[in-house]
Amino acid sequence: MSQALLTVIGEDRPGIVAAVTQALYTADCSIGDASMMRLGGYFTIMQVIDYSRDLGSVEMALDPAIKRLSLRVHLDPISSVAVAADQPNTRVTVYGADHPGIVAGVTAALAAIGFNVIDLESESSGSAERPLYVMVIQGYAPDGIESVRKAVLPLREKQGVEVGVHPIEAAVF
Amino acid sequence: MTVLSILTYPDARLQRKAEAVQVFDDELQKFVGDLTETMYAGPGGVGIAAPQVDRHQRIVIVDVRPKLGDDCHGLMVLINPELVAWEGMAVGREGCMSVPDFTGNVIRAERIQVQAQDVSGRERSYECEGFEARAVQHEMDHLDGFLFLDRLVSRKTDLFRRKNYQKSQ
Repeated sequence: MSQALLTVIGEDRPGIVAAVTQALYTADCSIGDASMMRLGGYFTIMQVIDYSRDLGSVEMALDPAIKRLSLRVHLDPISSVAVAADQPNTRVTVYGADHPGIVAGVTAALAAIGFNVIDLESESSGSAERPLYVMVIQGYAPDGIESVRKAVLPLREKQGVEVGVHPIEAAVF
Repeated sequence: MTVLSILTYPDARLQRKAEAVQVFDDELQKFVGDLTETMYAGPGGVGIAAPQVDRHQRIVIVDVRPKLGDDCHGLMVLINPELVAWEGMAVGREGCMSVPDFTGNVIRAERIQVQAQDVSGRERSYECEGFEARAVQHEMDHLDGFLFLDRLVSRKTDLFRRKNYQKSQ
């Protein structure tokens, strides 16, 4: 089994996921971690696939769907690395009036303490006159949650946004 | 006492609805002892339900002292438990001995009143809140064949691979 990272982008419409996954299934691929979501007016898929034949046959299997749905597709072979060691231990939530520099400011502060971003989701919403930005970051803070608080809480003043820092911990019952 | 083996998902027996306990005898007493031992031996060690060890009776054991110290009810043996009152809602991350590798965000009542029988069949009533209330609700779900997976809303924000999963029987 070899692995590849498959990227699919197309104007959002019903049937994209079904067409792509059906094509992969017929090409003997199996789907691993996947992120499929609408961004703006586009539907995006990024997923790890395991394939047993060659990448050419995967592309061939996807071809009818690509043409019918006007998709842009990209396949990158990747080495089968073990699941990354770092599991998220901290969640940072940010929201406020949208303005340039929020993400750059927050992530620069996080990078400075060695925080590894594992998942970042953000959304611009609100009205045109009062745009609102919401961002949720999950990641691994090597020096613990207090280091994250120290790093990002000053941004409340500097960026004029609300910032929350929460532990990710689970109780096993 | 014996540490019993734990059923893990996707074992269909975890989805069976458990039946009420009718007979309160020595055998029940011994089983509750074994179930308690099994709970303490588990990775969480704070709660267990009989269906998790393939006994489909309405028996739940909770002891959150490993997490909260003495600020709780200690060992609770809840037989034929019923939630008689609940209020408040809180989101919390849960894992389960029967679902290795994953944890998920689940909404539970913050405060509950639970009525149950003890191992001798005597009626008991407990008021629980916070972590202890969450543990009781999680274990009581097992009696109706529910896992925390049944209560997730969004995979993206609610389900996480669990780290440091130590052992399951």
